[in-house]
Amino acid sequence: MAENLTGTVGPEQQFKNFLSEGKFMIQRCKSLNKFFFHPRVAFPGSGERDLEWVEASGNGEVYSSSCNRRLPEKGGDFNLSLITLEEGPRMMARVEGIDPDKVEIGQKVKARISSLNGEPAVIFDIV
Amino acid sequence: MDQNDINRLRGKTAVVGLAESGCGLASGWSAMEIMATAVHDALDDAGIKLKEVDGVFAATAFHSMAAMSLSEYLGVKPKFADGSQIGGSSFLSHILTAAMALDAGLINVAVVAYGSNQKSAGGFKTISEAMPYEAQYQPRMPVTAYALSAKRYMNEFGATREDLANVAVSARDWALLNPRAYTHQDGPLTVNDVLSARPIVDPLGKLDCCLVTDGGAAVVMTRSDRAKDTKNTPIYLLGAAMEHHHRMISEMPDLVQTSAIESGKRAFSMSGYKPNDMSTIQLYDAFTINTLLFLEDLGFCKKGEAKELVKNNNTGPAGNLKVNTNGGGLSCVHPGMYGLFVTLEALRQLRNASGDDVGQRLDGGWIDNARLSVAHGNGGVLSSQVTNIWGVSDTL
Repeated sequence: MAENLTGTVGPEQQFKNFLSEGKFMIQRCKSLNKFFFHPRVAFPGSGERDLEWVEASGNGEVYSSSCNRRLPEKGGDFNLSLITLEEGPRMMARVEGIDPDKVEIGQKVKARISSLNGEPAVIFDIV
Repeated sequence: MDQNDINRLRGKTAVVGLAESGCGLASGWSAMEIMATAVHDALDDAGIKLKEVDGVFAATAFHSMAAMSLSEYLGVKPKFADGSQIGGSSFLSHILTAAMALDAGLINVAVVAYGSNQKSAGGFKTISEAMPYEAQYQPRMPVTAYALSAKRYMNEFGATREDLANVAVSARDWALLNPRAYTHQDGPLTVNDVLSARPIVDPLGKLDCCLVTDGGAAVVMTRSDRAKDTKNTPIYLLGAAMEHHHRMISEMPDLVQTSAIESGKRAFSMSGYKPNDMSTIQLYDAFTINTLLFLEDLGFCKKGEAKELVKNNNTGPAGNLKVNTNGGGLSCVHPGMYGLFVTLEALRQLRNASGDDVGQRLDGGWIDNARLSVAHGNGGVLSSQVTNIWGVSDTL
């Protein structure tokens, strides 16, 4: 399909580029009509390569959550959750705007693009 | 290929020597020196000379090409070597690969080895790359991953931190009977001790997490026809299987079901035995949640019921299930990758019951008449699962 990749970028860089433009995009396999995350060169498990980027709704639900303890001088405790997106796939992210140990499984969340350490990042807020 | 072809490895190979080295604190020793010492001690235990070793299997968090580095250090020129790195379960998969290579006639004597000086060298050591799509959120791996699983487990099955703490309490009770255990002198733990320990990544506190120690280990394997002529009681590999479904915790299909369901099913099937036939159960308990998950996934109880199984110290020395009888990664030893220590304990229990001198335990630390042990390894973030079933000669 593409022996020579010069002048193109892979799905990981494309995802990051979208984030830099303020868009949270995920991939969908057209023939299967299924979304997946993280970005890949083909659909995981069966290898279909008819993929397209679709802007995620940003709606999701907390699948699991953890409160990572950290000294205040190093930034303090922070939340780290797994979010199941409305479209089906799951991803790691932080839930903010709530005490990091108060995020509960099943809570509805909404994505926004923020930044972590100078890089654009998908962050979720409790709806 | 049908199951009969796969099962032809059953009982074809055995461990004839084993050793550990530098467990606890080994300041002034390199990971390689600790690992090589274990290999030489295991060969001495087997009564097999170094020059007979023609298969070398190793993985560490210190060597990118561990099997090659170890071979060179030992002065061995292997005809087959494998340094596959699938985390802490690597060694249980090396044992399967070694059995295949021995059975195929590629090699005659295999050593499987590990060594680490992580504690004396400054703490938990990993050579894992940063995970794409996760690293920017700065998870405290591997603890965060296991905390995410524990939280989901508690939510789905109504389990509590007390249920997790029961695992740590039983592990410590075993360690109190084992002079080799790092916490042997530390006294018993209570559930309250575990609950009130410093939180690391909620819902896991410090005593839900394994020790951080130095340590190395090695086993020597041969084909069974030779094994019966060696000086110790050979312990036969009756079943072995592996499976993995993810590398990153965000890709784990179900946080409360591991691929041990598959590895266990196939390993037990190969062995011809069932979970309840096992005299001892050795599980990779890097965190308290592991023991609950693996008791369920290996078939000792139904999903969600392990919290009942570990109540009232039922997995401790006075209980019905002999689980992690050395004290486990929680209370005996955990030098970063624990798989070979799961294996050593499975083997030692069987050798002791067969009359070999494999060290002293306090009363109740050795399991009388032990004939079969399951050793289960875990690697990554509940990722790679490898199950080995070991038995004495009359289980063949």
